[in-house]
Amino acid sequence: MKKRLVGWLCDAALVLYFVFALFPIAWMVILSLKPADQLFSTYFSFSPTLDGYRTVLGDSEGIPFVRFFVNSLVVSVGAVVLSLVVGLPAAYASARWRFKGSENLMFTLLSFRFAPELTVIIPLFVLYQKLGLFDTYVGMVWVLQLVTLPLIVWIMRSYFADLTPELEQAALLDGYTRKQAFFRVALPLVKPGIAAVSLLAFIFAWNNFVFPLILTSNEAQTVTVGALSFLGGDRPKYNLTAAAALISVVPPLLLALTIQRYLVRGLSFGAVKS
Amino acid sequence: MGWRLTLRPYLLIVPALLLTCGILYPFGLGLYYTLFDFSASKPQPDMVRFENYRAVFTQEAFWNSAWVTVLYAVGAALTETVLGVAVALLLYRSSLLGRVLEKILILPLMIAPVIAAIIWKLMLQPSVGVVNHLLKPFGLGGVQWTDTPTGALLSSIAVDVWVYTPFVAILALAGLRSLPTSPFEAAAVDGAGWWYTFRRLTLPMLWPYVLVAVIFRFMDSLKVFDIIYALTEGGPGDSTVVLQIRAYLEAIRFQRYSFGISYTIVLWAVVYLAAMVLVKHLGKIQRKAAEVTT
Repeated sequence: MKKRLVGWLCDAALVLYFVFALFPIAWMVILSLKPADQLFSTYFSFSPTLDGYRTVLGDSEGIPFVRFFVNSLVVSVGAVVLSLVVGLPAAYASARWRFKGSENLMFTLLSFRFAPELTVIIPLFVLYQKLGLFDTYVGMVWVLQLVTLPLIVWIMRSYFADLTPELEQAALLDGYTRKQAFFRVALPLVKPGIAAVSLLAFIFAWNNFVFPLILTSNEAQTVTVGALSFLGGDRPKYNLTAAAALISVVPPLLLALTIQRYLVRGLSFGAVKS
Repeated sequence: MGWRLTLRPYLLIVPALLLTCGILYPFGLGLYYTLFDFSASKPQPDMVRFENYRAVFTQEAFWNSAWVTVLYAVGAALTETVLGVAVALLLYRSSLLGRVLEKILILPLMIAPVIAAIIWKLMLQPSVGVVNHLLKPFGLGGVQWTDTPTGALLSSIAVDVWVYTPFVAILALAGLRSLPTSPFEAAAVDGAGWWYTFRRLTLPMLWPYVLVAVIFRFMDSLKVFDIIYALTEGGPGDSTVVLQIRAYLEAIRFQRYSFGISYTIVLWAVVYLAAMVLVKHLGKIQRKAAEVTT
């Protein structure tokens, strides 16, 4: 009897936490569907409308949100692709060979994960102004490496380390070159890992706020900064802010649900495997 | 053959390093800037050596920011750890409910922190926000959440907790699932109580997982920017001006570039030292946990 009661209490506590975790998202949905004139009146009764979404997606507030959305897509994909191209060989090398300074190099890469962004942003801001990279895709892709590259290298390193070297050695004995062994044996085996880490890196790049805040102004601005602009003005437009916030979280949420199985390893940089 | 074998890893790592240097260069440049009095009002700066750092450390605002940052980081990391481990234990315990809820656990974590802060800002508005509306029946209708110094700090910590508790919970849950079952069976046979089992078995074995989460959360909270920027912008007064916000205000808003960078360099050094200490500790803990397990 007592045991049963404890069980009920535990489940109740769990549900309580999930109310706390999910209510803000549900509330944004409600807020985004409210007509502008009912925002501050009765709370849970209103006639839902898609006007908020229409306004946000239709540039009518002078905020080109669709373009910010496309910008986010372009710079996040760009950063992930570039990080994969240079990160995969580095991850493979550091997993397969112990060489002089390898651990230090890896730690340096990891340390970028914890570096305060503003340390590099301010010099980059000055530098970008001079080089004409300010508010450009190239400039954003370049700096988002700070987010995506360490993630990709560290996680892929742990995936490559989990493959036994015998597989590639067997391929070498069969007359494959080192390069073929990498591309035809090692790489296909870690493909699920590559897919998962790419999506996770994309989410991290998409969610970044500081870099676009300081290094873009209009042309290359992303959704995280763009969503904030609906809060400005004399009269904050709550329904538009809510709609913009929700639109901007759709891609990361969908991707996260598809790679759920791999999240633990990704989020902990391979320090925790599951 | 010999030299090729030793050279290959370097060749493979060079592209990543070059890209990294692309970031290291501005870092070095920033370090160099801090030796000058570089600002918008002084485009032709003089060399001032360590004057900027001296100014940082003698400025009262710096110590205030450092204090706020520590309060924020400790408060957020601690709450997330306790709450996250609790959620993980509850999810692990409750098989049916747990399996359903586990799927949606990650949702807040995947929302950009700045968006989370926007969401909470709307909910915490004193007169029209939903939180006060829900509190009204309890006689607490008019709480000025982000407009009082303590309230602003607690509110921003709450947003951090909302976003990142799932992170701790996910890692702790993975840890729980990887624990060996035999010690628990032995404890059950010996008739050990829940608390004894938790304190003597679960926690010590789980600790390496929890510690990874704590390290990540503590280091990340030390350099918090987006949540504060969107929720309070450092106010009211200086009550939530964490170090990265202070650096932003100095460098970008007041355009005292080198002074602002000095702030971030100091923060960077602190984070680095904290990382070294914690990572060292992590190794020790992992060895200890391995002893408990065997």
